[in-house]
Amino acid sequence: MIELVLAAVLAAAVVVFVAIPFLRAQPPAPDVEPAEAALVAAEERDRALAELKELEFDHRTGKITDEDYRALVQPLRRRAAQTLANGGPLSKGTPQARAEQRFFERSGSSGRRDR
Amino acid sequence: MPELGRAALIVCLGLAVYAVVAGSIGARTRRRRLSESAENAILSSFAAALVASIVLLTALLRHDFSFTYVWQHTSRALPDAYVVSAFWGGQEGSLLLWLLILTGFSAVAVLLARRSARSLLDWTAPVLAGVILFFSFLLVAVASPFATQAAPSDGLGLNPSLQNPYMLAHPPMLYLGFVGLTIPFAFAMGALIARRADELWVVVTRRWTLVAWTFLGFGQLLGAHWAYVEVGWGGYFAWDPVENAALMPWLAATAFLHSVMIQEKRGMLKIWNVVLVIGAFALALFGTFLTRSGILSSIHSFTESSIGPWFLGFIAFVLAASLALVVSRLPLLRSKTRLESPVSREATFLYNNLLLVAFCLTILWGVAYPILTEALRGEPITVGPPYYNFFLKAFGLPLLVLMGIGPLIAWRRASLRGLGRTFAWPLGVALASGITLLALGARSSVPGLIGYTFCAFVLASIALEFVRGTRARHALSGGSWAGALAQLVGRNRRRYGGYVVHAAIVLLAIGVIGSSAYDTTREQRLRAGETMAVGGYRLTYRTTTTERAANALELRAVVDVERNGKHLGTMRPGKNRYFAEQQVSNEAAIRSDRANGEDLFLIAEQIAPNAVFLKVLVKPLVNLVWLAGLVFLAGSLIALWPDAREQRRLAVRYGRRDALARA
Repeated sequence: MIELVLAAVLAAAVVVFVAIPFLRAQPPAPDVEPAEAALVAAEERDRALAELKELEFDHRTGKITDEDYRALVQPLRRRAAQTLANGGPLSKGTPQARAEQRFFERSGSSGRRDR
Repeated sequence: MPELGRAALIVCLGLAVYAVVAGSIGARTRRRRLSESAENAILSSFAAALVASIVLLTALLRHDFSFTYVWQHTSRALPDAYVVSAFWGGQEGSLLLWLLILTGFSAVAVLLARRSARSLLDWTAPVLAGVILFFSFLLVAVASPFATQAAPSDGLGLNPSLQNPYMLAHPPMLYLGFVGLTIPFAFAMGALIARRADELWVVVTRRWTLVAWTFLGFGQLLGAHWAYVEVGWGGYFAWDPVENAALMPWLAATAFLHSVMIQEKRGMLKIWNVVLVIGAFALALFGTFLTRSGILSSIHSFTESSIGPWFLGFIAFVLAASLALVVSRLPLLRSKTRLESPVSREATFLYNNLLLVAFCLTILWGVAYPILTEALRGEPITVGPPYYNFFLKAFGLPLLVLMGIGPLIAWRRASLRGLGRTFAWPLGVALASGITLLALGARSSVPGLIGYTFCAFVLASIALEFVRGTRARHALSGGSWAGALAQLVGRNRRRYGGYVVHAAIVLLAIGVIGSSAYDTTREQRLRAGETMAVGGYRLTYRTTTTERAANALELRAVVDVERNGKHLGTMRPGKNRYFAEQQVSNEAAIRSDRANGEDLFLIAEQIAPNAVFLKVLVKPLVNLVWLAGLVFLAGSLIALWPDAREQRRLAVRYGRRDALARA
């Protein structure tokens, strides 16, 4: 008998839990998410910046010769500048924006200027 | 009690049906209340599965033989720890464990995605619920662990091979891996159904895949150690179909973890990655089917049941529906970028993927061929270890080399001059190692010699990566060298965690090569007082002892071991005769030399009061296989450890201000 009571309690509890969204007076708040095109542009921007950082680090570690570095860095910088224009600049003060600024300072160029 | 278990499973099934229907309607009509309600149903399904699991566990611990499952898989003499492991020792219990882990992982995935990938969840939740529906249906209608009977006085006991401490951890680990692959699959399908062109699903699934892959990999090593110490044949991997069943999804997930980096870095291989996620999940289902359908006859597949056709039908449905979805979304998945050079980091990743997938398909064919021939001709044609070993060398050795080449090559393209400069050190180390090994007599196995030379190359390239990276980091930020190393790893955990995992694979390769290409085996019948010599050891058989344990009669041959005139100790190989199960098991004796990683492995093939037929194996470096497991775990944890900087970056990218605030 106690098993049936426990089973009924379980069933009732899950029904209530599943029904909670319908019991709220207010509908759930909509998500604050950027449009898909903006997301894709932001991904492109992050990808370009990450590639530049990686190239810079590979050059520092000696994995890439100076010649290879010079051949690769210019197209990457152009693309990074373009994606910054498309994907929008990073919000000021975010860690990524600070990292981006440091990167351009170290590599002797300015992301803002390139853009 | 069984009524409560049955009711909990029926509730779980009902919740899954509701989550599929309500979630799909909610996602299609953008009705958030319905979608959230479906997600709550998934959360509740975990509670229902937990109740069912508690009922079964309680019945096992109380020796309630009115549960047919408890009667079939335990006995009163069975030690308590193995009573717990009997939960997953049989088909119905292991399916319940599948469901428990599945609902648990799904609940965690829902809760995490609500914070960071809300929009992906709308279609992901119904997909997750679909998988839950299948497993709860099996447990309710086809293979219930809550079937009852008039209670006998004692149970049939547990398969003796499963009465080992490793069985407490190995099957749950594998199941965590198998089931974990459901989550990436569900998110990939959710993104495709929702026609998402962005890569949020990749960000979400990468970590889940890594978790599942770690469990699967570590679970396999635990299983290998169990086979080594318990099954008593002197090896740790026999290409048993059930072992292959765990290896295949692991290989597919390994390929995904590499190729997904190309998608993240270069925006390429999107179709390939989705197919790999589908393949890994389908192979995880196939692995469970092989283990639990009774289609194979091995110690793992000791049950026969009616779940096979259901599983095959579900696998066919999953493959057909998901591949049809991929085809319908091809325009979304086409890459804008192309491979710039066949000599680049991304190219080596591509080669690595081709080799991994080719190896995986080769194993799949080896597993499926006997089943197909049995179905078509009436008798199976067995595919034995020589087939697998051939392909292990054919694909494994190039994979090993690629592990050393990949990290040293730059993205996009590399010049010959740059390659020469980068590879000079690792090639020099590999060459020097090969020559040294040749001089030390390693020529007895050419594949072994080649393998060790490749291992030296990979280890040198990994070491070089750490040294160069630390030096660069030290030059940038100053401080101590240890601090620079910590910063290097902390700033790119995935990359350097990956290198540690590569080092684990090299250790594994060294152990496997040493213990298989350079091992020594000898068999001899000994009477009391007689001695045999093997691999530098002298073994003297003294006598046979008999002891009565709680659940078995233990016969042991007492063997004294000497090396270079020094007494090393006494070893006791033997056999156990289990009372309840009416079975006999080999109990190997193993002596590990921690200094050189070598094992002396004794098997008492036949044992009598004053004689023993001994099989002796000397296995050099075998302990590196187990060490590799620990290093693998360490590397995986480094790669998995959350990176607050990355989380902030992702939060900014995907516009979750609340997530940014929490990170």
